[in-house]
Amino acid sequence: MSGPDHRSANPPREASLRGDPGTGRGGLDRPRHPMRKIEPVLAILLAAALIAAAIAAPWLRFVLTIALAKGIAVLGIMLLLRAGQVSFGHALYVAFGAYIVAFLAPKLNDAVVLLAVAAVGAGLLGLVIGLFVTRYRQIFFGMLNLAMSMVFYSLLEKLYHITKGSDGIRVEIPPVAGQVLDRVAYEWTIFGIALGLALVLGLLLRLYLASPMGEALAGIKTRETRLEFMGVPARGVLLSAYVISAVVGGIGGALIAMTSRHVTPLLAYWTGSGELVFIAILGGAGGVLGPFLGAAAYELVRVYAAASFADAWQLILGSVLLLVILFAPGGLWGMAARAIGGRGR
Amino acid sequence: MAEWFQDNGLLLGLALLDGLSSAGLIFLVAVGLNLVFGVLRIINVAHGSLYAIGAYSAASIGIFLASIGLPGWASIPALVVSAALVGAVLGPLIERLLLRRIYGQEEVVQLLVTFALFMILEDVQKLVWGVQPIHHDTAMTLLGTIDIPFAGDVIPFTNYQLFMLPGFAIVTLVGLAWFLRRTLTGRVIVAVTTDREAATAMGIDAARIYLLTFSFGAALAALGGALSSPTAALVPGIGAQTIVLSFAVVATAGLGQIEGAALTSLMMGLGRSIAVYFEPELEVVVPYIIMVLVLLVRPQGLFGVAETRRV
Repeated sequence: MSGPDHRSANPPREASLRGDPGTGRGGLDRPRHPMRKIEPVLAILLAAALIAAAIAAPWLRFVLTIALAKGIAVLGIMLLLRAGQVSFGHALYVAFGAYIVAFLAPKLNDAVVLLAVAAVGAGLLGLVIGLFVTRYRQIFFGMLNLAMSMVFYSLLEKLYHITKGSDGIRVEIPPVAGQVLDRVAYEWTIFGIALGLALVLGLLLRLYLASPMGEALAGIKTRETRLEFMGVPARGVLLSAYVISAVVGGIGGALIAMTSRHVTPLLAYWTGSGELVFIAILGGAGGVLGPFLGAAAYELVRVYAAASFADAWQLILGSVLLLVILFAPGGLWGMAARAIGGRGR
Repeated sequence: MAEWFQDNGLLLGLALLDGLSSAGLIFLVAVGLNLVFGVLRIINVAHGSLYAIGAYSAASIGIFLASIGLPGWASIPALVVSAALVGAVLGPLIERLLLRRIYGQEEVVQLLVTFALFMILEDVQKLVWGVQPIHHDTAMTLLGTIDIPFAGDVIPFTNYQLFMLPGFAIVTLVGLAWFLRRTLTGRVIVAVTTDREAATAMGIDAARIYLLTFSFGAALAALGGALSSPTAALVPGIGAQTIVLSFAVVATAGLGQIEGAALTSLMMGLGRSIAVYFEPELEVVVPYIIMVLVLLVRPQGLFGVAETRRV
């Protein structure tokens, strides 16, 4: 077959990503799937593995904290992907959360308060931008998000007297909940906070996805018009998901700022947004564990690739991404599901 | 107003000339992206890398030609040759090996495949050409400068930027419009863009059209890069910068619009260069402000056609 009509040439792939409403059999992302039952067990195992790895190799603690922070941010991407929308600009919220920490750290001298402010701040920004971008779908949605993040990026870079431009801002170690900590204790605390937040936010988003609001998200992807015929305000549903995605982005960004303790405009560059989508796909857009699996794998590959082939780490990451997309369409989560569930999906 | 013009007229004139030449470059890249999207329905994130590779190849070929003792004028056709080379070599390679596998899949998957390609090409480019700036401006210096009288003053401007860049853009615009509307291959491309299934049912080999269009789009991106190479030093990261700007042009113009892309490129090129001379902080922001304003009024883009809602 010379393959002129590719749309019908690949039905298994589409079905595996979308679920199969015809037979009532869910894809990975449907709550009826048996994987959902063992998800909490897997989450605890994964958390235990992360803690063990961080204890065994202290340098991994930094990498894993960043991975957890990115995983939290990617939870938001996953929500939007559920609605079939790809944001190529969510680095905006990560950078916004990070810069909130950098700016306010001297004034609000507490990591917990800073995290809360970053979450609320990013949520408000997400509401304002969301009111605008949720009017658009598909490519326009993606490009408008990209535009917003690029505007923010250039403001960060050009307004040198406020943001110190591409030099970035250093973040001093803030006290955590009133406790002044030394460096090692602080890093462990942030790691713990990141892990705790990952578990709590993962659980909350899991509940959200199983709620009617979360189910309606999938409806936006399938047939938005029909959703509206049923009386569901599609834009409102998407907006709520968008604001949540901004909040988790802000939290992820704040954690990144507290871990790397240095923020630069590069956090907001479009390649950062691409990275978030990359992690979402690498992990598999199925359960809420996917983003964390993806983020851990991504950061580890990145660190090893950068250490062994300093000039070619992007090349290696790009090749990994290609291999995953072409040969493991369900992502790491899909591979795990196959290994555990015994059947393809 | 008259007083302001007295003070800033010269700057404005320079901004307009600069804007015109950068609009030409933006157009070449954006129209390629738009054409590829129109036919393949894939937003090629790696389009910017093709631009960068086109630029580097042009510089390399130019330097090579100079080293074997060919006269300076040879570097002008070398620009076009290198663009054609990139299109003819990388275009089919990418389409056959990669894109062919993902047609008809979800948008996010397609976006990410080209994003992965972008990451790979960025590093390949660094491995081949290094990270030191490369400069080869024979083509520009050769053509000399021209003094343009403007508002009582004289602006010296390079002929290359004033005539070559906009000239190439206009030739491409007219040529492309003619090609798509008047030639058989062009009309077949339009047919596939409009309705692939119907076109295939009529016996059109869509696979061939995909290959052709993608290679052509790649060559256009490389041509944009090649033409830009004499005007600025080449550094890693130019591909990443270029692609976001072309995205903005394509979304603003409306998908699959060629004349729209030309007008939008002009708006953004002028807007950006005016910003460079008057409010440099805003330079990078201007295209996106234009895009947001346009999409607020026309959600489907300046010339886009609103899709009917599926029930």
